[in-house]
Amino acid sequence: MDIRRPPPRSSSGGVEPRFRQVGFVTSAEPGPAAAASVPAPPAAASPPASDGLSPVMIPPPLIPDHLPVPGHASESLMPSSPPPASSSRIDAVSDLDDDDNDDVDVSWARPPPPALPEPNKRDLTETKNEGNPASVAQKPKLSKAERRAIQEAQRAAKAAAKESGLKSTAKASDVSTKMSKQPKAGKAKKDVTQVNPPVASDKKADERLPDKDRKKDVPQPRMQYDDVQRVVKAKKHSVVNQSEAQNRVALFRHLPQYAHGTQLPDLESKFFQPDLMHPSVYKVGLQYLSGDISGGNARCIAMFLAFREAINDYSTPAEKILSRDLAAKISSYVSFLIECRPLSISMGNAIRFLKNRITNLPLALSESEAKSSLQSDIDRFINEKIIVADKVIVSHAVTKIRDDDVLLTYGSPSVIEMIFDHAHELGKKFRVVVVDSRPNHEGQGLLRQLVAKGISCTYTHINAVSYIMHEVTRVFLGASSVLSNGTVYSRVGTASVAMVAHAFGVPVLVCCEAYKFHERVQLDSICFNELGDPDVISRVPRGESLSHLKNWAENENLHILNLKYDITPSDYVSMLITDYGMLPPTSVPVIVREYRREHVWI
Amino acid sequence: MPDMQPLVSDFVLKLKRRKVEGSHAVARQTAELLRSVVSQHRMGSSANQAAALADAVRAVGEQLIAANPIELAVGNIVRRVLHIIKEEDISATAVGIEGLSVAVDSDDEYDSEHDDRPALSAAVLAAHARNALRAPSLQTLLEDIPVSPAISLTASSTGDSDGKSKSGDKSSTRKLKHDVIAAIGDLIDEIDSCYEPISEQAVELIHQNEVILTLGRSRTVKEFLYAAKEKKRSFRVFVAEGAPRYQGHVLAKELVEKGVQTTVITDSAVFAMISRVNMVIVGAHAIMANGGVIAPVGMNMVALAAQRHAVPFVVVAGSHKLCPLYPHNPEVLLNELKSPSDLLDFGEFSDCMNFSTQDGSPLLNVVNPTFDYVPPKLVSLFITDTPIDVALFGEIACWFNYCRAVGNQ
Repeated sequence: MDIRRPPPRSSSGGVEPRFRQVGFVTSAEPGPAAAASVPAPPAAASPPASDGLSPVMIPPPLIPDHLPVPGHASESLMPSSPPPASSSRIDAVSDLDDDDNDDVDVSWARPPPPALPEPNKRDLTETKNEGNPASVAQKPKLSKAERRAIQEAQRAAKAAAKESGLKSTAKASDVSTKMSKQPKAGKAKKDVTQVNPPVASDKKADERLPDKDRKKDVPQPRMQYDDVQRVVKAKKHSVVNQSEAQNRVALFRHLPQYAHGTQLPDLESKFFQPDLMHPSVYKVGLQYLSGDISGGNARCIAMFLAFREAINDYSTPAEKILSRDLAAKISSYVSFLIECRPLSISMGNAIRFLKNRITNLPLALSESEAKSSLQSDIDRFINEKIIVADKVIVSHAVTKIRDDDVLLTYGSPSVIEMIFDHAHELGKKFRVVVVDSRPNHEGQGLLRQLVAKGISCTYTHINAVSYIMHEVTRVFLGASSVLSNGTVYSRVGTASVAMVAHAFGVPVLVCCEAYKFHERVQLDSICFNELGDPDVISRVPRGESLSHLKNWAENENLHILNLKYDITPSDYVSMLITDYGMLPPTSVPVIVREYRREHVWI
Repeated sequence: MPDMQPLVSDFVLKLKRRKVEGSHAVARQTAELLRSVVSQHRMGSSANQAAALADAVRAVGEQLIAANPIELAVGNIVRRVLHIIKEEDISATAVGIEGLSVAVDSDDEYDSEHDDRPALSAAVLAAHARNALRAPSLQTLLEDIPVSPAISLTASSTGDSDGKSKSGDKSSTRKLKHDVIAAIGDLIDEIDSCYEPISEQAVELIHQNEVILTLGRSRTVKEFLYAAKEKKRSFRVFVAEGAPRYQGHVLAKELVEKGVQTTVITDSAVFAMISRVNMVIVGAHAIMANGGVIAPVGMNMVALAAQRHAVPFVVVAGSHKLCPLYPHNPEVLLNELKSPSDLLDFGEFSDCMNFSTQDGSPLLNVVNPTFDYVPPKLVSLFITDTPIDVALFGEIACWFNYCRAVGNQ
């Protein structure tokens, strides 16, 4: 939420209980279970969540004027109207102490309407909710300097009055302009563009800040590559020398397309200039460029490990604040990675998380402590959001596999392979159909793994999906991301497979970790996509005789299109399996809204 | 016909070994072979020469159909030739009857001369008239129609009934053969020139700023698009490459040579791109009696995507592809599985190929079908070398079209 809103206060030691439990609570729940779903603030209840797990929280509806607010400007920010409880929440908001808190990042910035019983939330360890659009709407405008002053004051007050045990991470106010990735921030439009957050933020930081205060956070329009000036500006900062591809398809002029094969040698020659880039980041960039690492999870993990090393080796230059400088450095790394290969949506989410953690570092920490805290954050993210999430998904999905099933999958999603392995270990009898397509033939890798484990497989190409579908009982698909309207953004061809399955009445189960969800909505595959190397398509396997398109670039009438992703409409998806359980595709915006905050990546 | 046997066996072998593939080539060669069969056939002097000829053709036809059941064009052509034989026979008879009756009417004073034609009983006359006028149907095509002997086989339109009747068996049989051979020649020409009438319809479908999608390569589609380009219609084409044969690449190259803006996409991208497409135009391998289409693999996926996005799905096919059979389980029965080496390199996957489970079934199966079945409800329009028929009610329209096509021989 609303970063601008000054933390309402908290000098009073723990007077106002900020949290109230509703619905499912975890086992480690401290006392206040009884207070669940009681709209009245559990007054004077000790601040719950003094330990690890905190339940789903709903801020109690407190009246603002109770609370002495440090920094009078904040008073003016307090809307007298609807969200009466704003102050308490704001309290949370300002809780910038980011003591490395692992599990419980509870902070509540949004005042829910007091009498409204929150819907039963799913079992959650942490939740963070920020951004009440309603309250945002009433914020008066503040200039950047004023806001910063307020923030600093609040921090100081907070540090002074901090009561122990209240681990909460408040949304950092947008101190650094580059950090304006907060979705519901009134002040900044959310920079949802995973495509090039840093570049965009460089350019748009200024415009973003003052004007958009009152707007709800809408995903910012992504950088469109047919906008010549922006492209030129981006090029100035770029590390990689990209040359535009020839013969671009007109429909996709808004997406970047570069001549492949030209960047790699150039980058390799620059490898030994250490000041440009941290070597591990450079290495990861090269791996992306050459296609050695592919797949959402793999790329995300590789990137984070590289950042971890970079943070390890980082030392704050003199007269700079660690959080800001490090954030700037991370941004530059990210823009380099984007030049190597456009970010996937999951990577964008992960980067936002990291940046948020950086800006939320308490000032009091020493450099080494800050660095180790960030590293542990990264480890935690990878562990919780990817590794453990995959385990949860696998455990849910194997319940959907029965004996004598014929399961179809497309491409090579990492989590699907785990599911099949686990089901096979559990002794279920099933066989797998692997559908593959050009140009990457990703299914062959999966095929090899499955056959090596002893699972009997059938292999075919995507045109033959109609032929094979009458034998199939279930379809398991992976996803690169799931968008807010329930559409699945995944490898190109997934939509066709889901469509044919739907036509034959075969249930389609999409398995996706929750960190890949996104608030954006996309109507078709053209608005946003990634363009791959067209030459790969013109090269036909086993084909000297078949390579009719050898010199396609010479002919201006001939274009080749190598799309990487496509959109599967939500009505083709029967069920989504995530680490939050098995959901219908319509539940995605709920997850995005309610459960994202916990990770402070907004 | 002992001397025909080598030719027939040769062709049968080619069909079995898939040396000849594709409806057009198969249809043409079948027609030529049957023409040779007819010309070599020794017509007996028995009454039912046409029936005997038809039997001979049918025997050869059965061999050809059995050689490659998936090449439905073979059966279509055989049926057409049989129909030709019967038609020629009927028309000869009818002309004879016509001539007779005209003679009877016009030459009243020659009544006495025509008295010596008592063989033409009223019943026979009526029967022949019925046959001549009856619309062709599957039954009439395939059944034997008794041919009345000694009927003048004058096919000329002069209606000269004098002196032609009872010209003797020799000339009548020669006439029959000659006519049949001529008609088969027409059939071959029709097969070869099926593209023109279809292409003429292009201007009715393609206007300005159209975006067209196609999959694989069909010569009919190519000619269709060429015709539209000739008429200066502006359109762009997305060609899906059509793995594993990649014929889409060939079509793209051909289109580009004519100056058509073409984009090659992978088959997996069809769903992604179809939202920006105005029309899907594809060729077919065969069109079944219910309006279902046997098409190169991947077409069902395209048809479903087109239906989802409400894009018209147009099938263009020459009339030699219209088949009077109804498909039953067409994905399996009217399909052919090709070699897995198209999909998987044997060398790379040799380690996987050796695994097997306890019951001996291999761990790894590779499926590479050649054809796909598109149900009639997904097709918006069929265009054949008869005028445009809208497949509103699938099978009825298609069947009607077939009848008309055959009847136009």
